[in-house]
Amino acid sequence: MTYEVQLTGDVDLSCSPEARQVILACLGRGHHTLVDLSKVTYIDSSGVASLVEGFQMAKKKELHFGLIDVSEVAMNVIELARLDKVFPIHADVRARLEADG
Amino acid sequence: MTSKKRILELRFSSDPKRLKMVRDEVQQSIGRLKCTKKLVSDLIIAVNEACMNIMVHAYKGDRSGEIVLEISDNGGEIEVVLTDFADPIDLRSIDPIGSRELDHLRPGGLGTHFMKETMDECAYAHLKDNHGNVLRMTKRFVS
Repeated sequence: MTYEVQLTGDVDLSCSPEARQVILACLGRGHHTLVDLSKVTYIDSSGVASLVEGFQMAKKKELHFGLIDVSEVAMNVIELARLDKVFPIHADVRARLEADG
Repeated sequence: MTSKKRILELRFSSDPKRLKMVRDEVQQSIGRLKCTKKLVSDLIIAVNEACMNIMVHAYKGDRSGEIVLEISDNGGEIEVVLTDFADPIDLRSIDPIGSRELDHLRPGGLGTHFMKETMDECAYAHLKDNHGNVLRMTKRFVS
């Protein structure tokens, strides 16, 4: 089963701990997890670090973790972190499912 | 002799909930300089990350600390100065510049990297009498 987590608004130090908690909880239950960043208006290093932790946990548990529909603002920051080549990034959920074949 | 024009001066608490207000103020004040969108974005990122580092590493999560932000236009160069009144940080412990191994990333671990990538210079110092820390960042721009 794949869970979709949608982050909205500014994902900064004031709320990134909650985002981290939700992402890790989904993976902790053994679910593939996709994070929708289409409605993110700002994301800082703490928000990106939450995504990194999700990616690392998914790797350990052999689950899929990816980003979908990344907003321009979020993509700029992910590129700044040089993680655009690390995270699987999909246009939408359908694209992710099609990638699986 | 280049004149220095103060663009913004803000005092705020070391509460992460204040970060959005800080970003909005930086956007408004830098936006008035008629510089590129990228420059505005870079400055917002650098200031936000620097404030986060102060909140997490200098004040260690204490939300009652004070942070002072001053932004000036030094005639083609933007200067950002952030001052805190926490215990002096160990300047040797500041993360080195450059990319980091993925396994070593932690909340805030990317912050210094973002600051170095977006600004021309970043320099830390202690306040006189070791009563706090000062971070000075600069970025050249063409109006």
